[in-house]
Order: sequence, then structure tokens, then C-alpha cells
Amino acid sequence: MQNGSPESPPSTPGVQLSADSTMGHLEVRGVGKIYDPEGARVEALKKCSLDIPAGDFIAIVGPSGCGKSTLLNILAGFDNLTDGDVLMDGEPLATLDDPPKPGSDRVVVFQNGALFPWKTVLQNVVYGLVVKKQMPESEANDMGMDLLARTGGLDRIAQVFPGQLSSGMQRRVEILRALINNPRILLLDEPFRAMDTVSKTNMHQHLLDIYDTYHKTVFFITHDLDEAIFLADTVVVMTTRPGTIKLRLNIDLPRPRNRHTITSQQFMELKQHAVSAVHEEAKKAFERGERELA
Amino acid sequence: MNEGKKLLNMWAGYLLTVTAWYVCVKWLPIPSFQRLPDPVTVVVEWFNPDPDYGLSLFTRDYYLHIWYSTYRATTSFLLAVVLGVPLGILMGWRAKANEYASALLGILRPIPPLAWVPVAILIFPGNEPAVIFVTFLVAFFATTMNTLLGVRSIDKDFFRAAQCLGAEPKDILKDIIIPGALPSIFTGLQIAMGAAWFSLVAGEMIAAQYGLGFMILESYNLVQYPTIVIMMITLGIVGYLSSALIRVAGNRMMRWRAQAIGIGAA
Repeated sequence: MQNGSPESPPSTPGVQLSADSTMGHLEVRGVGKIYDPEGARVEALKKCSLDIPAGDFIAIVGPSGCGKSTLLNILAGFDNLTDGDVLMDGEPLATLDDPPKPGSDRVVVFQNGALFPWKTVLQNVVYGLVVKKQMPESEANDMGMDLLARTGGLDRIAQVFPGQLSSGMQRRVEILRALINNPRILLLDEPFRAMDTVSKTNMHQHLLDIYDTYHKTVFFITHDLDEAIFLADTVVVMTTRPGTIKLRLNIDLPRPRNRHTITSQQFMELKQHAVSAVHEEAKKAFERGERELA
Repeated sequence: MNEGKKLLNMWAGYLLTVTAWYVCVKWLPIPSFQRLPDPVTVVVEWFNPDPDYGLSLFTRDYYLHIWYSTYRATTSFLLAVVLGVPLGILMGWRAKANEYASALLGILRPIPPLAWVPVAILIFPGNEPAVIFVTFLVAFFATTMNTLLGVRSIDKDFFRAAQCLGAEPKDILKDIIIPGALPSIFTGLQIAMGAAWFSLVAGEMIAAQYGLGFMILESYNLVQYPTIVIMMITLGIVGYLSSALIRVAGNRMMRWRAQAIGIGAA
């Protein structure tokens, strides 16, 4: 494994990636989402409430179709809600009257990856800075190179197109593309889903390195309980549709975490606690799936 | 398979075809085939400084015909690109534009180019613009449809990712829609170029005084059969070259699609 941990907080001129955890406090208050209210009325979310402190790493676990992606889409501004509201740092982010809009304070890393294949790694990483004309392009490029270099020497692939990279490498670049905008929240939508176990383990370490350095609020969706417990401060188990919060579990495993964490007694106890809740919901979802097919 | 062997097979393919042609014309007892020129006659005429029927590599008129056809095909093609690519992008980008245009295109597109010839001759002063118009139409439909298809095939997550990163609609057009549709656009351009030659020849046969298509029909009327074959082969070569040119241009504009492997595996 690469020793890719960024050693020092950013200090280059022009780089203003803050490592403080005062921003990114999310309050999800009684959020509901009904698709097609006039017709089929699919209730994806029902009275979802969550308080996510600034700088917290929260992992949402639940069976497929439980509405966890819907919640992420609402936070990202891709989808409106039909009940409740969301506050970010005390300001309304999404309300009934005011549908949310996407913005670079909440950047998404996508399940199947969404690096622009026609842009090089560097062009991808600095895209947010350049498109918002936040700084001259040369300055953005310097900042991008700096961030790449500090993340396990990724500056060596700066001029490569994403299609030439492994999916793990692509995902690391995509996380940096989000991070460079200094977002308040990183929204990760099952980013490691399609990966083999070894790549996944590597990616966990890379993500934790970034988290330990920058302390952004991370909203991480997964269906893998081990992954959730290993990475997060808080694991939230969602029920099957309509999605509500079934269980909120505080993960007090010490940081920095490494591969020994996953075999520790404490890890096992936490998993024990969560596994029955997850299993119950998975079973419900499965049975309903069978009913729907029948 | 190595390059040398590929080349060998290619020439073997040519040789086989030419042999079959020779055998059909010279040896098989089929009367109607015997009116056709055999390969040797064609080649001799083609390379003859003083050709029996007036056209060979050494005559000025031969190049004049090529020039006229190339000029018409290129003009039609460029018009199709200039009008078809923006229309296709607009249709893919704005739902309203699509509603206006798609039903109309759906009906106009299946009309064969030849069916347009009378209308074109009526509309335009003189034959030249009429032939170009008919040629343009086919190329235009192919370009528009493939551009639209290209825009539609762009992964929705790219749009969302760009929005997340702060892109405005004009940025999305420039950074997502155009580069994302480019592979399909170039496929469309290659089809358009092929289709342009296709309908150009048909148009020239009906309404022109110069050009490869005109000369093919003219040679038939004048019973100059070797010239027909010379013109057909010339058409094939020119058509192939024009497609190859588009392919090269496309590869240059889409370096990111060159599938290099082996760098930076995590």
C-alpha cells in the first residue's frame, strides 16, 4: 500500500482548504419525498430526521431502494423534497417552497464515477475552480498540482486522461475534484460499490487519510455495514421503503483507523449491534421484492 | 496477426476479385457479361496517354470531373455540418427545440434524395445549386440525427457533476454537451460523407454537365464502357479518402479516446 497520507495541512498560497470543522452542520428535519404524487405515489422517504454535526463522517446503510440515494439527491440539490426541510449551518438548504440547487459547497462523488473522460486528471480536478472563475487558470492549475502531489504523489498522472486509470485511481481523483472546492460537505454515493475487496480496502485508507487531514463533513452512502463502521463516526441504518431512520449508532473507534481496527473486539461489538437491524430491513425489502415480482 | 500478413490478405482480396471479374467477362459463356470491359482493358485505358474514349489519368477532363464532384460533395458536406451539428445539439439540449423539429425530421428523413430532384430544380436557378441541395439534404439528416443521439447518450451524472462544481448552462454546453457528443458527431459525419457521395452521383446523373456521376451515365449512353469502370473506381477512391480524412480529424480532436493502457494502476 502506498504511504499516501498528506502530511501537513495545506499551506500553499492561494490554497484555502480549511481543515477546521466549524462548517458543514446539517439538519435534516422531518424530510419526506413522494415521487409522482398525482399518480403512482411512490413514497421514498418519510419523516427523516438527522442531525449531522460539522466535520462528522456519517454513513447511511440500508437495503437497495430504501431511499438513501433520494436523501443524497435532496442534499445535493438534484431533487426536491415534499415534506420537511434541511438546514445547512443554520441556513435553509432545501424547503418546500424553495427547491434546493446544486452547488460547490456540497459536491457529490458518484457511484459509477463521473470524471469527464475528455479532460485530463488535472483539468478535472481544477474544473470547479476554473468554471466559477474563482482564480486565474494558472493559479488553479498550481493548486490542483499541489493537491495531487500531496495526495500520494498523484501529480504524476496529472496529464493522463481518466480512461487510462483504474477505477480506484479514478475515484481518488474524483474525491480530490470535490475537495479542492473546499466544500462544506462531501456527498459520496456508494463510491466503492463496484470494486474488488483489495481495491476497496486501499480506497478506505485513502479516504480516511483525506478525512483525517481536512475534516470535512462526509455523507457516505453504502450497503456494506463493515465499510460503514470502519469509516464513520456515526452509522445510520435506514428502513426499507418508505425510508426512515431505524437506528443511529455512534462509532467511537479511535482514529486514525487501520486494518487492525476491523478485527478489534470493539468493532465486532458495534457490528453485532447493527447487524440485526440491517438484516431485518434487508429481509423485509427482499420479501417485498418477491411480492412485487409475483 | 502481424501487419505484413494483413497487407498480404488485403492484396489477396483485391487479386481474387479482379480475377473473378476477368473470368466472368472473358471465359464464362454468359453473353450479357461479355459486353463489359475486362480489367486489362480498363487499366490500359486508364493509364493511356492517348485514351480511346477521351478520359484517362493523362487527360485534363478526368481531373475536371473529379474536381466538380469533390467540390459539390464538400460544399454539401460543409453545409450539413454547419447546420446539422448545431441543430442536433440544440435538439438534445433544449426539449422545446426537439419538440419542434423531431416530428418534421421524422417525416422528411425517409424521403429518398432522388425524390427531391424535381423540387430542387424548380426551386433553384440552374442545376448546380439543385444538385448541391439534394446532396446536402442526406448529409444534413445524418449529421443532425447522430449529433442528437450523441447528446442523448451522455451520462446524466456528467451533467450533475458539472452542476455540483458550479457550471452554468453555457459551461455545460461547452464542457459537457459538445465534447460528450463529439464521438457520435464524428460517426455521423462519416455517414454523412458517404451519404453525400451516394446522392451526389444520383443527382449528377440527372442534372449536371460535369462530375463523376454525370460521366458514368454519359459513358453508358455513348457506349464507352471502360470509362464507366474507370469513373466507378475513381469514385470509390475519392469517397474512401474523404472518409479517412474525417476519421483522422476526429482522432485528433478526441485524443482522450485513444485507449492507452498501463499507466497509473492503483
